[in-house]
Amino acid sequence: MSGHKLSLVVNGERVEADVPSNRLLSEFLRDDLALTGTKRGCETGVCGACSVLVDGDVVKSCLSLAVQMNGREITTVEGLGRVGALHPLQQQFMEKGGLQCGYCTPGFLMAAVDLLKRNPNPDDAEIREGLSGNLCRCTGYQGIVDAIRSTAEAGHGA
Amino acid sequence: MPDTLAHPVRFGSNAGQPVTRRDGIAKVTGTATFTADNSPENLLHAVYVPATIARGRVTHLDVAAAEAHPGVTMVMTPGNRPALQGDPSAKPTMFSFRIEVLQDDSVRYAGQPIALVLGETLEAATEGARLLNPRYAAEPARTRIDDDEAAPVEPGGFGRPAGVEHGDVAAGHAAATKAIDVTYETSAQYHNAMETHAVVAQWEGDKLSLDVPSQALLMSCAGYAYFFGIPAENVTIRAPYLGGGFGSKAIPTGPQVLAILAAKETGRPVKLMLTRQQMFGPVGHRGATRQRLRLGIDDGAALTVIDHEGLAATSSFDDFVEPAANASQGLYAAGALRSAHRAVRLDVGTPGPMRAPGEASGSAALECAMDEMAEAAGIDPLEFRLRNYAETEPGTGKPYSSKALRECYMQGAERFGWSGRPLLPRQMKDENGLLTGWGMGTALFPCPMFAADARATLRSDGSALVETSAIDMGQGAWTALAQIAADSLGLPLDMVEFRAGHSSLPDGGVAGGSGHTATAGGALHAAGGDVIRQLGEIAAADPESPLHGAGNAAFSARDGRLYVDGDDSRSDSFADILARAGSAELVGNGSASRAPEDAEKFSMHSHGAVFAEVKVDPDLCQVRVTRMVGAFAAGRIINPKLAESQLLGGMIWGISFALHEEAKHDPRTGRIVNADFAGYHVPVNADVTGLEVLTVHEDDPYVNALGIKGVGEIGIVGSVGAIANAIWHATGHRIRRFPIRIEDLLTA
Repeated sequence: MSGHKLSLVVNGERVEADVPSNRLLSEFLRDDLALTGTKRGCETGVCGACSVLVDGDVVKSCLSLAVQMNGREITTVEGLGRVGALHPLQQQFMEKGGLQCGYCTPGFLMAAVDLLKRNPNPDDAEIREGLSGNLCRCTGYQGIVDAIRSTAEAGHGA
Repeated sequence: MPDTLAHPVRFGSNAGQPVTRRDGIAKVTGTATFTADNSPENLLHAVYVPATIARGRVTHLDVAAAEAHPGVTMVMTPGNRPALQGDPSAKPTMFSFRIEVLQDDSVRYAGQPIALVLGETLEAATEGARLLNPRYAAEPARTRIDDDEAAPVEPGGFGRPAGVEHGDVAAGHAAATKAIDVTYETSAQYHNAMETHAVVAQWEGDKLSLDVPSQALLMSCAGYAYFFGIPAENVTIRAPYLGGGFGSKAIPTGPQVLAILAAKETGRPVKLMLTRQQMFGPVGHRGATRQRLRLGIDDGAALTVIDHEGLAATSSFDDFVEPAANASQGLYAAGALRSAHRAVRLDVGTPGPMRAPGEASGSAALECAMDEMAEAAGIDPLEFRLRNYAETEPGTGKPYSSKALRECYMQGAERFGWSGRPLLPRQMKDENGLLTGWGMGTALFPCPMFAADARATLRSDGSALVETSAIDMGQGAWTALAQIAADSLGLPLDMVEFRAGHSSLPDGGVAGGSGHTATAGGALHAAGGDVIRQLGEIAAADPESPLHGAGNAAFSARDGRLYVDGDDSRSDSFADILARAGSAELVGNGSASRAPEDAEKFSMHSHGAVFAEVKVDPDLCQVRVTRMVGAFAAGRIINPKLAESQLLGGMIWGISFALHEEAKHDPRTGRIVNADFAGYHVPVNADVTGLEVLTVHEDDPYVNALGIKGVGEIGIVGSVGAIANAIWHATGHRIRRFPIRIEDLLTA
């Protein structure tokens, strides 16, 4: 498969890459850039485990091709925060028990960032609706809603 | 208080606290490493081809086309598959199933692996697999439960449940002044952990290193070793995190064995990760059931008989019969009890244990039947259950090790507001005109223990390392087990380093049956106790220790110091004791299991009561669960935050069982037509509102040294029936088939 030159920003760093045209964004992030926080869950855009931000909007990276990302800016869970400098949502997901096995967690976090950007003060119903593009099979949904509500209440919604 | 425990249980400040997950930081930052996140150098990607027929033979594969595709390095078919040392039909370990590893060209179910393709990239292997373009000689698929084809189950341990009979069942039927005879059906469900099954395999000579999600590390090592003819100790498994398991990740599966074989053949590391669609086939599922329940009561609404016959689907080539009917044992004080199992062989993958195997499906039918019986008796469903409350185990008369079910009923009902419930259905509407109904169900789950070992090492600085090959598949082992270990050593949690999730550690047993915290925790508790015992001996013999000469006294450990019991003026720090003894460290070992004679003395179960409210659109028949309260008595709760999360998750699985999950077969091809997350529905955030969990206090001195009963599965058990019963209460319709669908209510 012929390669395509790609220039983009991932988690604040300029990345130049040569990718085949059929490489999914999810595989590009995981295999080529070793950013394995982004997960494969369904490859059909239903489960949301692969959610990342593209130019600030949440995108399911298993439904996107890497070659579409030329000139774009991508944020994965690794770019959201790190140990010692967590994003408020990461802190709250941890404290409120908004995770169990943790496999869906990166996707939920990215979807939550997008939700709070669009709606800094969502009520519970809006949170539930806003995150219904992400599946948690451990079904830790209550803790996830608690985490997002408390993040918003602390004024970190925008 | 009975004195079945050898020593009083010491609990310090760690166990019982809602400690935040220790693995949380890795999981929110994306640094928790799951199997497929590993990509060793020189890696090959494996993709298998799933059969698209359910019965017959593969007659042709276009191997040349696949091999010609750039980047494809190997195509493995039954024609060239390298030899395996083990028999794919053998069952080398507990919980094993017969596996498909290209041993011949037959197809036994849709989704069975029929070829494996290796490629330099995932894309190349995927395209190679597509190019194989299989042709088949297909036979008609059998995918529906047919009563006429059913055969009794020959009891044989795991997967072949024995029937149970207590009392005179015929007399129980005859004595009934009111009776019901109802049949409930449950659908095939697939575990679908968010992390699909995967493996990264690397060989070095005859040593095999695996990253593989496993609910039982040492047992899996033995299983893989069997197929490759090497000693179990030659297999190493790393599994620090599982992206869910739910019973499907305990044993080697065919695709994983094939990937390991490919790594051996090519001399390169191989990664295989199932697609979501491939999760509907060779990795187990909850088999469909059809259950007949005949209940009878006397004039006082006392049950004269519970007669529960289960018919379960299994595969054409292996036995796993859902032990659904046994859910009727151990719960209600019926005069006579019978559970019987029959099976029907279908062209499906072999079913297996899925979160609350037996209990989830069996209780769904039983709790609905109880509701129907209460309706026939004209009494409130909770009152009916209280009238048939079992003070000792029905049939056997064994005492319960503990049973706070009455408190669960009372506290749950109080919290839910059950007392205002109208007896008749279709009496309540909300402000929007939605039909509103309340239902309830009882939850029961056994408290099995497996066997586990652990090691605790006290270091010279007073900190400790504790080790066992425990598994965290999301339930919180990294945290709860560390809490237990810290308490056993009398150390604050942050002084304890906990290692788990690796097969080189002492055997942590099986993360299943809701028994992992009790078993692995019991081993850690014993290992810590062993360290403290040795420390006491050293200190008592040391003339320079304040504890010198206190050898006959009991010691207790807290905050890194050893105290003479009842005399806080005499204490010594762990670090000082070790320093004076010139020891760099002190190692203790522990193990835990349940002695068979202990298992015979008591009926050991967790209990619970679940109350549900549903709202149903009177015209469209759309059902929403709007409120649920679950009250559970499950012995000692090590970490309330984690336990609540488990119980809530179980209740949501109950919603899912009642309203969402069903694998549907196309009767012509035998394929599952909804084998993905678009068609196979599980609850999302929007489906889940108003859930509440109460944990009811329970001290159980018999169940195990820690008094832990387990919380991983019981949440489902009462919930399914509670929701179905609430739907009846809202609509007046008994839908005797799960999941309950809009069309069932529209046509009821």
